[in-house]
Amino acid sequence: MRKSKHTSRRQFLGLAGGAAVLGAVPIVTVRPVEATPAMLATAMRNIVGEAPVRIGKVKLDVPPLVENGNTVPMTVSVSNPMTPDDYVKSIHVFNEKNPQPNVGNFYLGPHAGRAQISTRIRLADSQKIVAVARLSDDSFWSATADVVVTLAACTEEVI
Amino acid sequence: MASALINVPKKARRGEIIEIKTLMSHIMETGYRHTAAGEVVPRDIITSFVCRYNGVEIFRADLFPAIAANPFITFFTVATESGKFDFEWTGDKRFTETASASISVE
Repeated sequence: MRKSKHTSRRQFLGLAGGAAVLGAVPIVTVRPVEATPAMLATAMRNIVGEAPVRIGKVKLDVPPLVENGNTVPMTVSVSNPMTPDDYVKSIHVFNEKNPQPNVGNFYLGPHAGRAQISTRIRLADSQKIVAVARLSDDSFWSATADVVVTLAACTEEVI
Repeated sequence: MASALINVPKKARRGEIIEIKTLMSHIMETGYRHTAAGEVVPRDIITSFVCRYNGVEIFRADLFPAIAANPFITFFTVATESGKFDFEWTGDKRFTETASASISVE
């Protein structure tokens, strides 16, 4: 039910954006459109490029079930030594169904000692989170986690 | 306005890995919410966070609307020498805020 409503709105927005040239475009871009798995893939490609992303090394800690999507604690750690010639360059976090596929990019270096970051994120829906780590040899490693959200964030009305 | 909370150990042994915790008070308005009247609330977020250790950048983050309000970020670094950590947050609407913390390394 909900799914079909979203689809029709997206189709409508797509048509409106395609038909109207100027005036409608800003409205279209700020509407709470969901990111899609395709947008997630595109956002990842922007960071990763054509390099293969292997599963492993990265540990993504998020609660499997959260009541409130407005603050979800998240920890990403990478099991890799942090030495001057073998270290984690950056950690990128993506989501599947927020309005934007990006969550955050975190840039580390060999001086970090431990490749681990924590923050609190927003989740607009129950969805998949992906964390990607870039190592100093430009290889990419990833981990995913599924989170069930009972109260969504990001797009609710302001009272 | 003292809106930053920083947690850095005051003392550390040389070579020790220390955890740095930072919290900046900020609404992080996503730009995807709208009022009951249907108007979109404009985006107002922190887009960038940088930490420097004695002037050298050791950690940087790009933030997106998917970061919760009052961004809380923790990370690690190796305590190499006594000195100062400088933190800087920048964002929409010319938001810029700095904080610092010192450490003594034995």
